[in-house]
Amino acid sequence: MNRRKFLKNAVLFVSAAGVFRHLLKDAAAKPTAGGYDPANHLYGMGIDIDKCIGCGLCIEACKKENNVPKEPFFCRTWVERYVIKRDGSVTVESIEAQKGKPRADEPDILRSFFVPKLCNQCANPPCVQVCPVGATFATEDGVVLVDSKRCIGCRYCIQACPYGARYLHPETRTADKCTFCYHRIVKGLLPACVEVCPTQARIFGDLKSMASRLVRFTRVNKIHVLKPHLNTEPKVYYADMDGEVR
Amino acid sequence: MNQELVQRLSELQQEVTGFIYPNEVEIHWSILIVVYPYITGLVAGAFILASLVQVFNVKEVQPTYRLALLTALAFLLIAPLPLQFHLGHPERAFEIFLTPQLGSAMAMFGFVYLWYLMAVLLLEIWFEYRKDMILWSKGEKGPMKWIYRGLSLFSSDISEGAVAFDKKAIKVITVIGIPSAFILHGYVGFIFGSVKANPWWSSVLIPIVFLMSAIVSGIALVIFLYMVITPLRGERIDMRCLDKITSYLFYAVIVDFTLEALDFIHRLYESEESIKILSKLVTGKLFVSLWVIQILLGMIIPLAIMVAVKSLKFDEELRRLLYFTSVILIQLGIFATRWNVVIGGQLFSKSFRGLTTYKMEVAGIEGLFTAIGLLILPFIVLTILLKILPAWETAEVKEGAAS
Repeated sequence: MNRRKFLKNAVLFVSAAGVFRHLLKDAAAKPTAGGYDPANHLYGMGIDIDKCIGCGLCIEACKKENNVPKEPFFCRTWVERYVIKRDGSVTVESIEAQKGKPRADEPDILRSFFVPKLCNQCANPPCVQVCPVGATFATEDGVVLVDSKRCIGCRYCIQACPYGARYLHPETRTADKCTFCYHRIVKGLLPACVEVCPTQARIFGDLKSMASRLVRFTRVNKIHVLKPHLNTEPKVYYADMDGEVR
Repeated sequence: MNQELVQRLSELQQEVTGFIYPNEVEIHWSILIVVYPYITGLVAGAFILASLVQVFNVKEVQPTYRLALLTALAFLLIAPLPLQFHLGHPERAFEIFLTPQLGSAMAMFGFVYLWYLMAVLLLEIWFEYRKDMILWSKGEKGPMKWIYRGLSLFSSDISEGAVAFDKKAIKVITVIGIPSAFILHGYVGFIFGSVKANPWWSSVLIPIVFLMSAIVSGIALVIFLYMVITPLRGERIDMRCLDKITSYLFYAVIVDFTLEALDFIHRLYESEESIKILSKLVTGKLFVSLWVIQILLGMIIPLAIMVAVKSLKFDEELRRLLYFTSVILIQLGIFATRWNVVIGGQLFSKSFRGLTTYKMEVAGIEGLFTAIGLLILPFIVLTILLKILPAWETAEVKEGAAS
């Protein structure tokens, strides 16, 4: 091989390697799932309290979709029924726990409503802060997830969640909670609870997209979040929420 | 599916009063998590007592110095076990050491624990026993000779200079050890105190209250052990030592009581959103464990006893009896303190609208028997430690006896 040929080949090799390396890097950086880029999204949910009729379809759909045990004390989402009497007394119950029980006549009701609850996907999540092994983490698109292969089952996150949104899954022995049906939303589908809600009381959307229903919901309603004083910065937004809701 | 768990939770659901979030039916931190801070508290307290001799030169307490160190070690060795048994995936526990999430208070466990074990306790015990271990290895035959040689890390220098260095090293380690003991137990308090979601836990005072109650329980435990072991050895209890330690115990209980009262008054005075449900908690489900066991039996009666001993002239026999009663009551009280924090903090809903119940398992892994076993285990470890490293016989005495 003469010197000219060597130099020619060397230049070719270096530039080809450079291009190849760049392509590799590019391929690694890009998510594979249909060109989905989490950096372009930030998910949240709106709850239109006045639209919820307490049918419980959302709970059922969630349990089916996410392999949540059917018992009423393992919940990724639940619905609370508030009854406020004229004398100011407040009764709250979870509609699941009350299922099938006859409801007595309740006189002197001032107002009554249903409040769906789920993980608030906090922007400042206490559960992520306390997890000793980093099994609970926040994704770039704003969803708090649990890696069940990493979770050691210490339950510190369950203690740290102000909303009671977490439980220990009796089969996996790891912490479990609402994921906004992450496996669905990255494919452009809606979370199961939103999909089945007959009154559209749950509004799912992307806070980064001006066209999203959620952004419109937060624009046209007066919005409140749960326990704002704890500075967890929830991304589940409630419209027309009563002061009794905690 | 764990049918037994489902059955238990279904029963518990019937016991709920008011409204709780559905996931709150299960009490997540069981009796094992009560045992954990109780045991680490004993470690920290026993070490602080040992430090009195080294740093503050309290000569009267010398007879309990080695006992206190070994007690701290025995309990420290068992301290991680309740946590381990409690995990949903015990086989992944090492992740806390290998890939800690540094923002988590709990992830600091590995660092705090290993620092305290390796850099403080083992080191101090080694320097304290080094000379004796060398001499014992010379006096012993067979495997014990090699155990002592191994334990002394094959050092053989017992010249005056070397022994003086040991003494100096012990002083330095104790000075580092006191803040380390504070960190060890203050950190356990921080795990609870930093949970802003839980108003029963969330308080800056919690680590300090934990620390003071740790000192109280640790000192009381060493007194208990000293009073039990000394007659078993056929020796007389050194009353000067006993009087001195109990007076330290007395001051520690006063400080502990004051801090807890301050915490209580502060909560009552601030009267935040959670006050109604917390009032229900302390007057209902925690009534016996808080007011009767923790405060009356665990604090007020022992304090009254110690005031009586200080102000009236009792003879030695009666003093011993009263001291012994006090330290047992204090242990009971401090265990109740841990119970009230850990279990109490989970009995009310974070919706502040209802209470749940804790029904302790009996035979399960997180049950009563495991807890009792874990509380007995440190005493077995201590017995072995005392066999290998006698707390009262120095090597010279032993040699003298042999010759």
